[in-house]
Amino acid sequence: MSDFGLLGIFVILAVLVPASMLLIPYMLTVAGVKPHRPNSVKNDTYECGMRTVGGSWVRYNFRYYFYALSFLIFSIETVFLYPWAVRFKDLRWFGFWAMLVFVGIITIGLVYEWRKNALEWK
Amino acid sequence: MSPLLAIYIVVSVMAVAGGLGTVLARNVVYASLFLLLSLLSVAGIYVLLFSPFLALVQVLIYGGAIIIVVLFALMLTRQGDETGSLDSPQKPLAAVAGLAALGVLIATIVVNKWPPSVDPEPVGFEKLGATLFTQWAVPFEIASVLLLVALIGAIVIARPEDSQ
Repeated sequence: MSDFGLLGIFVILAVLVPASMLLIPYMLTVAGVKPHRPNSVKNDTYECGMRTVGGSWVRYNFRYYFYALSFLIFSIETVFLYPWAVRFKDLRWFGFWAMLVFVGIITIGLVYEWRKNALEWK
Repeated sequence: MSPLLAIYIVVSVMAVAGGLGTVLARNVVYASLFLLLSLLSVAGIYVLLFSPFLALVQVLIYGGAIIIVVLFALMLTRQGDETGSLDSPQKPLAAVAGLAALGVLIATIVVNKWPPSVDPEPVGFEKLGATLFTQWAVPFEIASVLLLVALIGAIVIARPEDSQ
């Protein structure tokens, strides 16, 4: 239960830090400490000092979608590795072979991807 | 009010607000971000039910991978914010389907006899690992076949030009 308490503190910090980053400058403006003199240069989108071209709602390359799908499948695989790893010794050889078959079957998919040149960026 | 109940109320309100935002947002990218809020709040409910593995899966798979896939699909197919295209003539049908699902859920809650109080039994990683890889080894292996089919399907659908 104490672990969940730590998780709660972490969640509170994760909300507080970005919220304070937005709130503190706003409150300083309200208090009159920070001057408020906007101009077109200050309000411009900051992109590493480069001039921005076009809108941000552009269409991405379709190939990214395939990588996202692969990422989804391998992240599901990784999730199963965790409960397996914490019980690795107690599961003995049966657990080892069970996971080897599991990873092996998914690896067939990876090999298929590779053979189909799906992993290459063209 | 116990602290757990207070956290439950906060998390539930966030989940429902996220769900409402998903439906009501006029911009699909914002809608998917509301969906992310809803999914992460559901992960909080899993934590309250002492299921850390399910919470981890919810955050990693749904909050991480699924939302990335959804956002990618939106960024790949949409040009600009076409808010007008969200209005569909199928809206009445969608309302019927939504109300039917709501009716089934309410009926499930009303018809079933719920135990007055449940002591949530913590299901940790160790306990899960002990049963998943022994008693439930066969369904676990079948899951890998399902993932394989999904992976090959992704290639066939996403890269038709390379399948000679």
